[in-house]
Amino acid sequence: MAHGNRNDKELALFAAYNDNFRFADWRNFITIMSKTLLDKVWEAHAVRLLPNGATQLLIGTHLIHEVTSPQAFGMLRDLGLKVLYPERTFATVDHIVPTDEREEPFSDPLADEMIKALRKNCAESGVTFFDLPSGKQGIVHIVGPEQGITQPGTTIACGDSHTSTHGAFGAIAFGIGTSQVRDVLATQTMAIHKPKVRRINVEGKLSPGVYSKDVILHIIRKLGVNGGLGYAYEYGGSTFDAFTQEERMTVCNMSIEGGARVGYVNPDETTFAYLKGRPYAPKDADWDTAVTRWKSFASDPDAPYDDVITYQAADISPTVTWGINPGQAIFINEKVPTAAELPEKDRATAEEALVHMHLKAGQPIKGVKVDVAFLGSCTNGRLSDLTEVARYLKGKKVSPTVKAIVVPGSQGVSLLAEEMGLAEIFRDAGFEWRGAGCSMCLGMNPDQLVGDQLCASSSNRNFKGRQGSPTGRTILMSPLMVAAAAITGEITDARELFAMS
Amino acid sequence: MALEKIIQVTGRGVYVTGEDIDTDRIIPARFMKCVTFDGLGEYAFYDERKNPDGSEKPHPLNDSRYLGAGILLSGSNFGCGSSREHAPQALYRFGFRAVLAESFAEIFFGNSTTLGIPCAIMSKQDIQALTGLVESNPALLITLDLLEGKVTAADMDFDARLPDHAREALVSGKWDAIADLLEGLPDIQRVAGTLPYFEAACVRV
Repeated sequence: MAHGNRNDKELALFAAYNDNFRFADWRNFITIMSKTLLDKVWEAHAVRLLPNGATQLLIGTHLIHEVTSPQAFGMLRDLGLKVLYPERTFATVDHIVPTDEREEPFSDPLADEMIKALRKNCAESGVTFFDLPSGKQGIVHIVGPEQGITQPGTTIACGDSHTSTHGAFGAIAFGIGTSQVRDVLATQTMAIHKPKVRRINVEGKLSPGVYSKDVILHIIRKLGVNGGLGYAYEYGGSTFDAFTQEERMTVCNMSIEGGARVGYVNPDETTFAYLKGRPYAPKDADWDTAVTRWKSFASDPDAPYDDVITYQAADISPTVTWGINPGQAIFINEKVPTAAELPEKDRATAEEALVHMHLKAGQPIKGVKVDVAFLGSCTNGRLSDLTEVARYLKGKKVSPTVKAIVVPGSQGVSLLAEEMGLAEIFRDAGFEWRGAGCSMCLGMNPDQLVGDQLCASSSNRNFKGRQGSPTGRTILMSPLMVAAAAITGEITDARELFAMS
Repeated sequence: MALEKIIQVTGRGVYVTGEDIDTDRIIPARFMKCVTFDGLGEYAFYDERKNPDGSEKPHPLNDSRYLGAGILLSGSNFGCGSSREHAPQALYRFGFRAVLAESFAEIFFGNSTTLGIPCAIMSKQDIQALTGLVESNPALLITLDLLEGKVTAADMDFDARLPDHAREALVSGKWDAIADLLEGLPDIQRVAGTLPYFEAACVRV
């Protein structure tokens, strides 16, 4: 634990002011020299303290989509309220859009009703909507960064738990429920308690074939699916310094799978280079001013953390899940754990997982038969994911026993991938090249597993039924591992298949 | 906005086994194709309760002995995963008015509190003991008392705690934050005025 240089007298003083003493709270009240990015962003956006002790926090950017917003607009109408800052609200459609049928009306009348409701709500309230014909539609967590809307030192909320993705830019980004979507629409604020901060360092260089997806699966495996409860995760260390902006997004995206609602990386030159020239990024003279301001939000070198953990990049291998939550993960060369290898508290869930996954304790995960390969999602549906896979996929063929689909994260990603010839590589290999959306990550559109099909998936959740079939099975992994499984028809070590060293 | 002061919740209990019960399990995504929350109740724990052909699986929520239970008991990290408010909305519409578990995922906890559904934390041992009482007598009425921080059932009581802020919000009838937030409007505009990116919002491409 690293609590900085607080003395007991300060602690006692503050404790006297607040019966509900929590370490994370007292940092709000005592002026301190060193701060984390979370402290600084919180101070810049705190509107006031609410009677119950929560902060009324200004949300700089509100992202909305078709699944969790229609009820919020309904509540707004019931209360006779309007969207307070429509120019700080941005919408897109992602969860329900079919990826093989882009013409409306959609075959699914419910999906059609949802897109029309969002279109109407946005038009009536003056919210910018990156609609299907705009060429800018896509998964909300890919569109925000791509458009340059996601910026350092800002607060972001969206009715989707993977909003933590935007933390990769040094933003504090929260997944929220629909009542909070209503709150943010009506007041551009929400009531929230300040989380504690756990600094997670990863040091050194990742081995070939090991990716940021493996890093976050490893972190969740080590800290548990509820290890982040009450914390924001601040990721850093030399591995993160070397990561591209898109690799950082993959890690921040899955913070919530470790129980942390917020995950972030301090902004640096990599962040600024990514943002420069994007449609909503500051321009001309404003750019330098913005960069100076953005830099000031980074955590101070001696900032106090509630917890610090360090991992070595060299210790991480390609990681795959074997169970029904993202913490049930092993390295590709490991065996499915036996009960004896697990802590007592994890055994019941492990047993349930083995039944659902049709796996046996002690069996190698390598070689497990795969029916479907899904490449996409807000975790791994970006251009760099497709580029990396295409490098190795060229000249290879998908196994005839596997249905393989690529779903670019946005129309922007799709267009660039087409121009770069990536789409052709995927098609030639036997992947179906689809339109942008969430697709088979959660199966709200027609892209769903059938029966107990097993899917090698670059997405973020392996919950029972997650991919649309109650008995469907999901194994999470990096995009290149998905490609390897697609080619061989079984869970495969991509490093061996592609002779990486 | 006058809201009910939620001080005590009384009802029959039902225990749903498992740790890390995620919100996909509480309400599968395919049932979220809707523009209102009405009608979500019948899909609570749908894939746990029903076979693909619609027939019922053995599950506590299908067990006639627990029909009409208003208090849900479960394990740790309840409500993890997706932020979908559809999950507590479905539980509420199924008939649940409180959830007792070893721990709760943060977004689910906040969503439930905002709907006036108390989520109280109990030790594993106490959940097991309470489950034992409920299973031996499904008609047993159990009461969660938020002020006391206790669950009482038969002649036994157990610690059942909520974080102070949530307990206060529920017992004072201020569990929906919208009224408080709206009162802050002048401060909202003041703080927004200090942030360059709010002004820059008007610059369009």
